[in-house]
Amino acid sequence: MQETTPVAHAATQRPAEPILEVEGLRTQFFTDAGVVRAVDGVSFSVAAGETLGIVGESGSGKTVAALSLIRLLEDPARIVGGKVSFQGRNVVEMSQEDLRNIRGDGIAMVFQDPMTSLNPVLKIARQLAETMLVHGRLDERQALDRSVTLLGRMGITAPERAIDSYPHQFSGGMRQRVMLAMGFANEPALLIADEPTTALDVTIQAQILDLIAELNRDFNTAIVLISHDLGVIASVCARVVVMYAGEVVEEGPTEAILSDPRHPYTWALINAVPRIDRHVPGQRRLVTIEGTPPDPIAHPPGCRFAARCPFRIAKCTEHPDLLDLAPGRKARCWVTQSGDPLLPPSTRAPVPSQAKAAMDHGAGTKLQRGERMLELRGVVKHFPLPKKTFFGKREIVHAIDGVDLDVSQGETVGLVGESGCGKSTLARVVARIHQPTAGSVVFHGQDIANAAQSRIRPLRRHMQMVFQDPYASLNPRMTVADILGEPLRLHKITGSEAETRKHIGDLLDVVGLSAKAAERYPHEFSGGQRQRISIARALSVRPDFIIADEPISALDVNIQAQIINLLIDLQERFGLTYLFIAHDLAVVRHISDRVVVLYLGKVAEVAPADKLFAEPLHPYTRYLISAVPIPDAAIEKRRKRLPLQGEPPSAINPPSGCRFRTRCPIAKSICSEVIPPMVEHRPRHFAACHFPGQF
Amino acid sequence: MSTTTTVTPVAFDAVPSKRRRWLRRYGLASAGALIILSWILVAILAPVLAGHAPDVVDVTQRLRPPSATHWLGTDALGRDVFARLVYGSRISLTTGIIVVVLAAAFGTLVGGVAAYARGKIEELIMRVTDLVLCFPPIILALAIAAALGIGAVNTIIAMLVVWWPKFARLARSLIIVQRSQEYVEAAVVVGLSPARILIRHIIPNSIGPLIVLVTLDIGNAIITFAGLSFLGLGVVPPTPEWGSMVSEGRELIEQWWVAAFPGLAILTIVVGFNFLGDGIRDWLDPKSRRR
Repeated sequence: MQETTPVAHAATQRPAEPILEVEGLRTQFFTDAGVVRAVDGVSFSVAAGETLGIVGESGSGKTVAALSLIRLLEDPARIVGGKVSFQGRNVVEMSQEDLRNIRGDGIAMVFQDPMTSLNPVLKIARQLAETMLVHGRLDERQALDRSVTLLGRMGITAPERAIDSYPHQFSGGMRQRVMLAMGFANEPALLIADEPTTALDVTIQAQILDLIAELNRDFNTAIVLISHDLGVIASVCARVVVMYAGEVVEEGPTEAILSDPRHPYTWALINAVPRIDRHVPGQRRLVTIEGTPPDPIAHPPGCRFAARCPFRIAKCTEHPDLLDLAPGRKARCWVTQSGDPLLPPSTRAPVPSQAKAAMDHGAGTKLQRGERMLELRGVVKHFPLPKKTFFGKREIVHAIDGVDLDVSQGETVGLVGESGCGKSTLARVVARIHQPTAGSVVFHGQDIANAAQSRIRPLRRHMQMVFQDPYASLNPRMTVADILGEPLRLHKITGSEAETRKHIGDLLDVVGLSAKAAERYPHEFSGGQRQRISIARALSVRPDFIIADEPISALDVNIQAQIINLLIDLQERFGLTYLFIAHDLAVVRHISDRVVVLYLGKVAEVAPADKLFAEPLHPYTRYLISAVPIPDAAIEKRRKRLPLQGEPPSAINPPSGCRFRTRCPIAKSICSEVIPPMVEHRPRHFAACHFPGQF
Repeated sequence: MSTTTTVTPVAFDAVPSKRRRWLRRYGLASAGALIILSWILVAILAPVLAGHAPDVVDVTQRLRPPSATHWLGTDALGRDVFARLVYGSRISLTTGIIVVVLAAAFGTLVGGVAAYARGKIEELIMRVTDLVLCFPPIILALAIAAALGIGAVNTIIAMLVVWWPKFARLARSLIIVQRSQEYVEAAVVVGLSPARILIRHIIPNSIGPLIVLVTLDIGNAIITFAGLSFLGLGVVPPTPEWGSMVSEGRELIEQWWVAAFPGLAILTIVVGFNFLGDGIRDWLDPKSRRR
């Protein structure tokens, strides 16, 4: 073993006495298709006050493992073996009554979806006090007092007022704070947080992660944090467990694992994610691994990762145990048993597909690279809300409030901002799914802002869209051939049926699917494959402009990397222009030439990607960049995150003047009086701020 | 702490067998389908099964209890209850199905127009449905049927008037939900016309809950029709109909068989449709499919 790795000293920091010990835990789902071995012999332990991260892609068994810890399993899932001892008692064998006593008292849990984990018909006070009352330590008066204290501690302003509210009056971030308050109400020894920030915006995520880390320090509560995001894990957890196909494949101190992964799966996870702090110009493709996780009904007998592993050796046909590498560090891998680290990745150049002829862009007005393709001027989109009372004034959501945007042939423009900032609405206005309330949208020289659909139809051949949710964007009752054939027939791109079939085959080939996919229905595909079908549909009419509305946010990191690589390949081959919308800044930085930052329906800053991330001028951009967790424990430790307080104001009554002023630390009186104009402060670097770069 | 840790023997709950799970999932629906299928067979084979003519009056044989010749006894006019029951299944099934299918077709169309038109037209259509839904259906149907006059056709018309709004409401909400789905937006971006989007994309994806409502509602329609017949509307005597049979037997406390058997027939057929409807709903809803 190597003594010099950061492994050794990190391990010694571990407090000795474990409060949770999981041994050979096995949880299975008894389904019609067979027994799904979701958690298949998982062992780990958590010491008092420790922070442990569990990371893995969807289907790796991390959530089922967490639910098994407090036996929150529903039919047809059952724990079929193993031991979970919490403070010396085996949870698996416990009576329902003992279990209830432990839940919420010794072990608290916070779930992913803050919208559904609170009871909508009960006031916050009742729900919070209840968690304290059921365990019989406090009377009602004390419980209410403590609720107020707790909410205050969780960073909720005016907690006296908050406890008298209903959950729907709170935003997602606030609800997650309430959930944390409930979790900490009885000062549990252990808090299990299952993807607690996945549904939240990056700035709110940063607030919640900081809070969790603080609570861990102040209450000495051990934390088990489950996430698919290595950055999130790195910012909170000292130790990490990596799960794959129901097993723990690697375990060790976070810092060591992130800098020197010793299981190829961990290696792949780390390298698949673009880093916001480390952009290598010219290296556009991300590292991906082929294939999909094995069928959990029939795991392969050997190493479960072997089929996808770029490092595989002959011995991998045998199933490896979780082998010790160094004190506190284990990996389930034969390759790294020698003690050597895994080599850094070399990104392969793409293999060009053969189906070039079908995709030749013969159609329409071909612009030269750099020529203006899309021009938005003063675009406004308001959504009137239904009246609350018959005589009341109609309220209006100011989704977009005067946006100027240019997109030139061949470039990728990234559009970022928190949810509710209007980025998806803007995409839909450009695609003319929505008609703008005011302003002009000039595409290929024609103003389509108010044109009838029949007039826009010919232009649809140039502009297509890829949607966020791969499960909602394909009609479930149409075969892939029908989905891809529909636009071809509509725009008469192919003459005969035989030609249409050939074109569909070529399209599938271009996006990396087999021609056999044509006869199947969307539900037979995984999320990543569906997104490929969605891209194929967009490509079918040979467009030169594609709007991608959060095309990867619903996918696992490895699949994300595959889709990003595909989009980059397609752009290089067909000279496509992208308007790429995402909330993940690292991805936006990776893929975009220029980035537009949107805040509450207005553009805050526009700049070439490198400039924007290196020297942001608008305070909001600085906050956004600072909030992104970096999957590197050493950097996370050193980095001081800028704490952006509060939440975006309502788009029904946006603040006067500069919209960011309510959260801006350098706001002066001018900011509430004068709307800051968009000014070119540096070459091609625009910002709408009265005090650019002064924060 | 390796994966080969021996499993501690723990009292784990028994795992239900495949057969048990199949029964839990499809048991009720199959039972319902079986009941309905039997009644359909009875209706088709009525002349073979009845044994007696349903409308031959024989005063010498009046109010006989169930026996070998008259399996379910005879009524006040000496007609064979079993024969009337068997023939009565024809009218109950057909009226139930006709009312619901026509109401569903009309209601879906109206609801679809409302969902697509939005604005003033939608307001108008939905307020009309509200207006109809304000009245208890049987009272309104009663009034209309009374105005139109006695007879199966008039009763069906009366029922249709009160029956379509629920389908209009359901269809409208289903279509509004589908309209905002991303695949519909994708169809807009591809350039499809609204009519094509409605026919190709929206309707096929909204049809499931409508089918459930249709199935559940046939039982409802049968019971309403029987109710109207019980109150003297519906069929013209001496046509055998379950509701009017119950009505004829309602004062005959001693001769329980006159009212009890048609009542039982109504019960089984309605329960059958409800079971089947519930089964179809579970089957169409992927969330309840798991169990």
